[in-house]
Amino acid sequence: MNAQPKRSFSEKLVRGVPYAWLLVFFLVPFLIVLKISLSQSVSATPPYAPLTELWACWHGFTTFLSGLSLDSYRLIAIDPLYLLAFVKSIEVAAFSTLLMLILSYPIAYGITRTPRRLQMLLIILVMLPFWTALLVRTYAWMNILQHDGPLNRLLMALHVVNEPPTWLGTDTAIYIGIVYAYLPLMVLPLYVALKTLDEALLDAAADLGCPRWKVFWQVTLPLSAPGVVVGTLLCFIPAVGEFVIPDLLGGSQAPMVGQTIWAEFFGHKDWPTAAAVAVALLCLLVTPIAIFQSHAAQTAKRN
Amino acid sequence: MRKLSAFNIASILPGVAFLYAPIAFLVVHSFNASGLVATWGGWSLRWYGELAGDGPLLEAAFVSLRLAFVVATAATILGALAAIALVRFGRFRGRLVFTTMIYSPLVMPEVIAGLAMVLLFVAVAIDRGFWTVAIAHTTMAMCLVAVIVQAHLFDFDKGLEEAAMDLGASPPHTFLTITLPLILPAIAAGWLLAFALSLDDLAIASFTTGPGATTLWIRIYSEVRRGVKPEMDAICSIMVGVVGIIVIAASLLVKFNRGKEAPARR
Repeated sequence: MNAQPKRSFSEKLVRGVPYAWLLVFFLVPFLIVLKISLSQSVSATPPYAPLTELWACWHGFTTFLSGLSLDSYRLIAIDPLYLLAFVKSIEVAAFSTLLMLILSYPIAYGITRTPRRLQMLLIILVMLPFWTALLVRTYAWMNILQHDGPLNRLLMALHVVNEPPTWLGTDTAIYIGIVYAYLPLMVLPLYVALKTLDEALLDAAADLGCPRWKVFWQVTLPLSAPGVVVGTLLCFIPAVGEFVIPDLLGGSQAPMVGQTIWAEFFGHKDWPTAAAVAVALLCLLVTPIAIFQSHAAQTAKRN
Repeated sequence: MRKLSAFNIASILPGVAFLYAPIAFLVVHSFNASGLVATWGGWSLRWYGELAGDGPLLEAAFVSLRLAFVVATAATILGALAAIALVRFGRFRGRLVFTTMIYSPLVMPEVIAGLAMVLLFVAVAIDRGFWTVAIAHTTMAMCLVAVIVQAHLFDFDKGLEEAAMDLGASPPHTFLTITLPLILPAIAAGWLLAFALSLDDLAIASFTTGPGATTLWIRIYSEVRRGVKPEMDAICSIMVGVVGIIVIAASLLVKFNRGKEAPARR
């Protein structure tokens, strides 16, 4: 390794420009969300009471503090609508993540067992639908799940059901939509974990007379744990805040938390409450994001 | 050398079928003359023809394409710089904050990211429109580009850069003549995927947009909320084709180049 090179101007520029961009357009917005969640809702444009700016000296600071209001947080703590939205979102996200895990494992495992050249193509094939706009993928299911749509006709033809069931507007439709939308994001990390698995270990187990299913259960599965963790986070976190899928496929009776934020912002124009719900959701997601971050840091170190 | 077995096919095929069947159905249905899911009225380009007469939709499509172009270009520059900073500069103050900011947008629920950015634009009283959506998309897309380019930078031989500098090339000169040509495929792939990301987004654009900047998906969303509509099948099928080509091109750029460089690493 060379000695630590001197930090040149160009180096500062290379680091500073993206850093500054992310600070201004990613980090600062979250501080503003926090600030607005603590202000009072008023009907005006913008629809929140202005808080005195922090930098207007000590007097300004005390006015700032006294201007803070916990009204929005009180509202989301008291009104069961918000609590229900959180419970439903976590339930839907957790259960669909589990379903995705079960569905993706055979796909990811199967791909690692194919010839190398084919693996590349299969991964592109699996990832391709993920890049299709979420709205298209959700809209496709709106077509399929219609009352006289192809799914019901198939079920009728196979005599699985006698009456066509209603899909649209149910939680089942939300599950189908979320599992379908995020499945590739689960397959990819599982595939990476299974591919880098040391095959000598599997051969050793087999040579020592371990039956195939036992090799899988005691060697393959535990060693693919990092892939399971990354896949779970990649799917669970965005699924909790999902808006488009429950809005188009689900019913209106029990919204998910993403729909609540959307409705507060666009419908009720209650920005402090929208911000407070977002802050609450972020606090909830910070733990899995922190796990993801430390995992990413570890991966980077290993490289 | 592994052979394709019946077990492979049985484990992969149902999954792939599940991923493609809905999209395939949508595309086939967009050619259905009857426009009803229950009846097949023969092949027809009727719904594609109706698109051509839908002025607001075409305008929205044009806004989306222009937006994706601007976003892809800005995000590629910022993302590539971020990747170089992360891979080549070793430790620096604020590195942890930096990496956190790079990885977080990749998993952040879109509704939260969209809300946060629109509140920033309102707080500093910027008129919302094309450029606010472009800034929001660029922020999300640059992180994607950074991750792609970063993976590529890890792959190639750092010795090449060191050799150039030992022979007296300045860092900017080394970057332009050695590093840039080597990571160019990853940068091109990053540009394409940033383009696709911007072209696909609905949630963030909905929050950060303003008058005169209705993107394609905002327009389509307001239509499909009221139920399925055959013209929407047609425009969605076109977008499936466009994004499919972009993503295949990006995948091939990354994969082929990795294959070529692999022996040089040892």
